Amino acid sequence: MFVVEHLSKTYADGTRALADISLKVADGEILALVGGSGCGKTTLLRLVAGLDQASAGRIAVDNETITAPHPFVGIAFQEPRLLPWLSVADNVAFGIADLPRAERDARVADALERVHLAEHAGRWPRELSGGQQQRVSIARALVARPRVLLLDEPFSALDAFTRASLHGHLLALWEATRPTIVMVTHDVDEAVTLADRVVVMRPRPGRMFETITVGEPRPRDPLAVGYDKAKRRVLNALDRSLKTAASDATAKTASGASLWW
Amino acid sequence: MNAPQSPVADTVLANAGANDGVPPVSASRVWPSWRVMLGIVLPLLLAAGWELAVRGGFAQGRLMPPPSRIFATLADLVRSGELWTHVVATLWRVMAGFALGAAAGTLMGALSGSSETVRRLVDPTLQSLRAVPSIAWVPLFLLWLGIFEASKVALIAVGVFFPVYLGVASAIEGIDRKLIEVGRVFRLGRVAMVRRVLLPAVLPAWLTALRSGLGLGFMFVVAAEFMGASEGLGYLLTDGQQMGRPDRILAAIITFALLGKLCDTILVLLTRPLVRWQDTARGRL
Ligand SMILES: Nc1ncnc2c1ncn2[C@@H]1O[C@H](COP(=O)(O)OP(=O)(O)OP(=O)(O)O)[C@@H](O)[C@H]1O
Ligand SMILES: [Mg+2]
Repeated sequence: MFVVEHLSKTYADGTRALADISLKVADGEILALVGGSGCGKTTLLRLVAGLDQASAGRIAVDNETITAPHPFVGIAFQEPRLLPWLSVADNVAFGIADLPRAERDARVADALERVHLAEHAGRWPRELSGGQQQRVSIARALVARPRVLLLDEPFSALDAFTRASLHGHLLALWEATRPTIVMVTHDVDEAVTLADRVVVMRPRPGRMFETITVGEPRPRDPLAVGYDKAKRRVLNALDRSLKTAASDATAKTASGASLWW
Repeated sequence: MNAPQSPVADTVLANAGANDGVPPVSASRVWPSWRVMLGIVLPLLLAAGWELAVRGGFAQGRLMPPPSRIFATLADLVRSGELWTHVVATLWRVMAGFALGAAAGTLMGALSGSSETVRRLVDPTLQSLRAVPSIAWVPLFLLWLGIFEASKVALIAVGVFFPVYLGVASAIEGIDRKLIEVGRVFRLGRVAMVRRVLLPAVLPAWLTALRSGLGLGFMFVVAAEFMGASEGLGYLLTDGQQMGRPDRILAAIITFALLGKLCDTILVLLTRPLVRWQDTARGRL
């Protein structure tokens, strides 16, 4: 169980990135965060990963308060962040250097297989496309087998086909070890295909706007009535979140020069 | 005779065009070397022109000896072994000064790059010292360290120190915080963070700094050997001036050029395996 209680984050420059977020995520649940650009999705993941300190509130995984990076929690950043001096395989192995060699190699091979990059193991990151780099960074987060896996727009740079196939692999992996997954996405279909719950956020300050539970059994059929219903509810909530945010912004200050989507 | 071209010929031509990708590869291999040769054309022409002018009696070549005489002098210096004495002396000074300057520059750069306090403490002083022209140190070093090797090595070390110091300090300051966060996520300790993230991240900039340090070392060795040396390529220069032997001066200059380029090449070749991952043309000579 992983709990977020009254979490707020105000950056040093006064930006209120998050205000009073409360959230309970059950073990093995998949949660999708959606919302306009700048509504604090990345900030929330960074706090959960222990990379930044919250201004108020608390995050706990199994009753253990998170204030620093924790072995239970893994993250794939919004950018690939591969270390350019390591080969693809060494990048994936970066976080499991303590494991015995054989075990490490096996895990790396398995993770690369899952993200379809087995044949690129020996390459340098600069020799990969943006989408391939992103997959390496997912593999790097996977090999450490975290209990809570944070994915920040993990599939955003991928074509629809690769994306669908990686959805399959992510679900297969999730079936196997049942990690809790919190993923940020701008793709409503992706959210509804993968998540148990979709949290719609709204900006300035970042808050939870609406939570939609997707009750459909997996694997989900995009043509099923339930799928379509859930998707409509998410789209509708998003629409409203953006509208209220936009009117908020114009009402308060004229500084609302941000991109919504 | 203006028969319409046969469709077959058209296809062949089109194919030849489409397959362009293959043959030009070899063509482009020839190209660069040909273009490199282009750079040699001008000096060669000038040299040949001068040679002809002197031989033809249009010029005396007393102050600017023709290439043949310079190479004859060079050959003499090689044969008599004199050149090696000078080369070894110069090389030894450059290496000693380079080692000291690079070590000190790396250490200070690392301290100043990683600690705000140290940077505020030492950087202003070092920056103003850097602005002092190298030759200005000569009298002081002579006074402090005497006219022998120590003062020369010290001067070279000063020359090497600054580019290395600056390069290392700014490389450390410029390390991508996002990569450091990757280390934090996997809970690297201090030592592991330095070894697995910070060092590799600054390595390319450090090597570049060493390279410019080495280049400055070769500049400063001339100044150092002007301080009064009895051997070394710099000595060969002043000696040539005093004896009125421009051919010896030019021979020394040519040797300097070759030696400097050789050392730089060796440094690049030795360190290239360390930065294989880099996507730059810097490794090329
Ligand atoms: N280090 C920082 N310092 C100051 N403000 C920040 C910082 N990081 C983020 N912000 C601000 O906090 C708000 C939330 O940013 P965040 O990156 O969490 O948004 P996001 O929802 O992930 O957006 P996107 O969908 O574009 O990735 C934004 O207004 C942003 O400008
Ligand atoms: Mg983000």
